Amino acid sequence: MFVSISGLGHSYGELRTIERVGLDVGEHEVLGLVGPSGCGKSTLLELICGLLEPTLGTVAVDGRGSAAERLARCAYMPQRDLLLPWYSALDNAALALRNRGLGKAEARRQAAALFERFGLAGFESSPPAELSGGMRQRVAFLRTLVSGKPLLALDEPFAALDAITRAEMQEWLAGALRADPRTVVLVSHDVEEALYLSDRVVVLSARPAGIVAELQAPAPRAPERDAAVTAADFVAVREQALHALRQPTTVVP
Amino acid sequence: MSPQETTRWRRGKRWLLPALLLAITIGAWQLAASSGLLANVLGVEDFLVPSPVEIASSLWGNRSLLAENAWVTLREILFGLACALAVGLLFAVLMHLSETVRFAAYPLIVASQTIPIVVIAPILLVWFGFGIGPKLVIVALICFFPITVSGLDGLRSTDPGAIKLMRSLDASRWQIFRRVEAPNALPSLFTGTKIAVVLAPIGAVFGEWVGGSSGLGHLILTDNAQLEVAREFAAVVVLSAIALVLIGLLALAERRVVTWR
Repeated sequence: MFVSISGLGHSYGELRTIERVGLDVGEHEVLGLVGPSGCGKSTLLELICGLLEPTLGTVAVDGRGSAAERLARCAYMPQRDLLLPWYSALDNAALALRNRGLGKAEARRQAAALFERFGLAGFESSPPAELSGGMRQRVAFLRTLVSGKPLLALDEPFAALDAITRAEMQEWLAGALRADPRTVVLVSHDVEEALYLSDRVVVLSARPAGIVAELQAPAPRAPERDAAVTAADFVAVREQALHALRQPTTVVP
Repeated sequence: MSPQETTRWRRGKRWLLPALLLAITIGAWQLAASSGLLANVLGVEDFLVPSPVEIASSLWGNRSLLAENAWVTLREILFGLACALAVGLLFAVLMHLSETVRFAAYPLIVASQTIPIVVIAPILLVWFGFGIGPKLVIVALICFFPITVSGLDGLRSTDPGAIKLMRSLDASRWQIFRRVEAPNALPSLFTGTKIAVVLAPIGAVFGEWVGGSSGLGHLILTDNAQLEVAREFAAVVVLSAIALVLIGLLALAERRVVTWR
């Protein structure tokens, strides 16, 4: 297992955010995490990435348990694109390389190699403010990929986009992952998005987050998104997930 | 009017309107002063109320004296601002990097500003003599505060998400500072520095009043005693020209540095 989580608990002081979560993610598997908003999905993702330390239990990425070692193996993509406005699109994408001490020219050369594939050719020197929402999100994803880390941790990557752009970006990400399989943990509040992009979807309860259901996706990252998400088996699993989401939370005494 | 012309006209208005207002004010002043109306209303001798034309001729007639003294004051302003910038940035960065330093020093720095500079200026004179020293200290004391506060505020306003992101992109503490926090602080820092630039001439002039033998402040004081009112006004014009040029230069620098706003 590439990611193994067992007996995981986390709290901010008195506020319990995550309770007794056990979870494994295989290599090159895409795992979706869905749950009601404010349930602690993002906290779980930050725990996996090594941005937070668990209060209880263990998280290991590639067999390594310490926060620093997890951080070294995870590329985190936050909800908002958080592109730095003082850098060009290319320099934003190359941030991880620059942080690792690569020279400006070499970092740019390596990041620029991916711009074409991401439909961003010609926008290398544009400031982020001049890019559309979808393009900004692609630059943010590129920045995550360029870091070259084995685990991608995506926190509601398309939540800020309008419905049409979001569907396009899902299809685009599916294509990118088909071409270049990665181990991914994807947090989403959108059941359809999670089921389309992931191999497996875990439904979390309201805070403190615990696992209430685990579902296999019928057609992960199918080339034809619209057909895939309207197929009968997809709709059935989606309803199952929604049902699990709507269940009243079992209150732990 | 075409849309382009409208834009150009709108842009032009931003210069034209204040210039027009200034011209009207100077014109009215000229009429009121040269006709003796202003002196009459104030109940003073005519020569105590110089007209703009008289001020302008004094400005030209005393140009070398004014330039000499302006150079003294300008040096005090620039060196004082440089000290304020160095100290202010150092304080801001230290307080940003260490919570302990911030908790310990911030309330004291704020409290230090409640001490009127008028009170400590004579002491500074005793300590630092009559040269440029006490003026530098006074300018720096007045100017470091807005720089410290705006710098610290800018550093601390960094999006916590951006810091998390940088950590996950293998950034060191220094790289987070250099690539995220410092650029993020720049707009706020420029605002604080503009306030400092406006305050600096006040500090320099005041330092010269308390103890000085040259500078525009000193000239204003002696001219006042000798009822050289026209030259006094001329010195004021030079002083505000210095402040305006400094603010203009700063605004220019801001536009070049902060390109993302």
